[in-house]
Amino acid sequence: MSNDIAILGVGMHPWGKWGRNFTEYGVKAARDALADSGVAWKDIGFVSGAATMRCGYPGYVAGATFAQALGWQGAEVNTSYAACASGSQALAAARSKILSGACDVALVVGADTTPKGFLAPQKGDRPDDPDWVRFRLGITNPTYFALYARRRMEMYGDSQDDFALVKVKNAEHGFENPNARYRKKFSADDVAASNMVADPLRLMDICATSDGGAALVVSSLEYARKIGRVDAVKVAAISTVTPIYASAVIEMPDIATDSAAVVDAHSFRAALPVKAYEEAGISPQDVSVAEVYDLSTALELDWMEDLQLCERGQAAQLVRDGATRVGGRLPINPSGGLACFGEAVPAQAIAQVCELTWQLRGQAGARQVAGAQVGITANQGLFGHGSSVILKR
Amino acid sequence: MSEETNAAAGKKTRQPALEGWFTLNEDQPHLIGNQCASCGTYYFPRAKNFCKNPACDGDQFDDVELSRTGKVWSFTNAEYKPPAPYVAAEPFVPFTIAAVELAKEKMIVLGQVVAGVNPSDLKAGMEMELVLDTLFEDEAAEHITWKWKPIASNDYE
Repeated sequence: MSNDIAILGVGMHPWGKWGRNFTEYGVKAARDALADSGVAWKDIGFVSGAATMRCGYPGYVAGATFAQALGWQGAEVNTSYAACASGSQALAAARSKILSGACDVALVVGADTTPKGFLAPQKGDRPDDPDWVRFRLGITNPTYFALYARRRMEMYGDSQDDFALVKVKNAEHGFENPNARYRKKFSADDVAASNMVADPLRLMDICATSDGGAALVVSSLEYARKIGRVDAVKVAAISTVTPIYASAVIEMPDIATDSAAVVDAHSFRAALPVKAYEEAGISPQDVSVAEVYDLSTALELDWMEDLQLCERGQAAQLVRDGATRVGGRLPINPSGGLACFGEAVPAQAIAQVCELTWQLRGQAGARQVAGAQVGITANQGLFGHGSSVILKR
Repeated sequence: MSEETNAAAGKKTRQPALEGWFTLNEDQPHLIGNQCASCGTYYFPRAKNFCKNPACDGDQFDDVELSRTGKVWSFTNAEYKPPAPYVAAEPFVPFTIAAVELAKEKMIVLGQVVAGVNPSDLKAGMEMELVLDTLFEDEAAEHITWKWKPIASNDYE
């Protein structure tokens, strides 16, 4: 039996620092997705929201917040929170509902409004909270990104110039994307001239936080057939697995890895796509295009290897060869990635699916990956959350 | 909390910035972890109630001093002032950070690196030792933490 579901519609509110209520971005994205799908709002049986923790109670119950703003019509609602994987978990909730037969067509929405500046921990003295402890010791999010980046330099001989090439490439992609926040081409010299934040990463190697919203209308294959959409792009797999003890890599916000003295160490990032490939019955060689979570330029290279799109240590060479640009053999982040969007946590995993849907439909305009058949996403957030979604034509 | 050592030099009280995370022996300090009495898994910070090894149902732990030397896994620095609860000196002075692999515990532990050591002085695999050093000062005290320091034989200069 097929576990596929159809993506009937996608929509986004452009990313930016708009400073408005997150509901506005979510509803705009939802209306666009509904219009794109041709499905009437009143026919949606399930609204699956991705929560935001930064916008008060309406953010905690995002599914209901969006349903109310669109006009209560009696649909069931759900809200998922899974840090950066919230959008994928909201999609997974909709898929479960559809595959169980409890609903035919669902709306998945995520949106966020972000504060200015560094993300900081909650206030108060909390020495039992690892997140408080690491900030107390001066260890910020870029610290972790920089440790991974430096590890690549030490192990594989990657250079800061390689990381800059990732930024230059993503900026070229994002320049063509009307939903991207930063639409400006940069040179390697521009990257090298930006301030060092956490050696070896500069300001332009690290992603910002943004406001934005993204939405999907998804349905059973039967429903898609019934409304004449047999050609719809399909969700072939969703992986939201948790890590396996013990952690091999130091993960935000921890001060130490688990001990691998008694059990083997496992890489979480590498495990995420494994379940997705298995579920989809698709192999890494089949992938035409990937949207990965480039919290830093160097992390994009880690993801390429974690997704098994190349051997360990080979990602930088692919970037140097131009293989990861649109027009290359293996385009990565044709949307422009987080480099051009900035992170809008509950919307980001959904935005990755929007981009791949446009790519697989052949509607991505100047950033179109020719003949894209299979796309994969990957992201990772705090506390054992992460996801990988595979779409196919 | 021990306050015995400092009156002589007229210095401020030295007190741990994090209570119970490391021994206060200035010459040979250790991080204080613990170990599951059932399966032997090490923890830092200390485990409280239940062993996290999915194959173990242990709930008893013995405090252990972790290895005070290890090898650099990776390293970076902080060139921008971290947000609170970090307490920064004014003007802010960038500091180096290392992730150090402890061989016996098979665990990587983060920490600041002592002043004067820059990222360009470090390499993966370099031997480091644990020392105690000031994290921040206020009017009442010097708040100390563990830091990593290259072992002299590395000749990192």
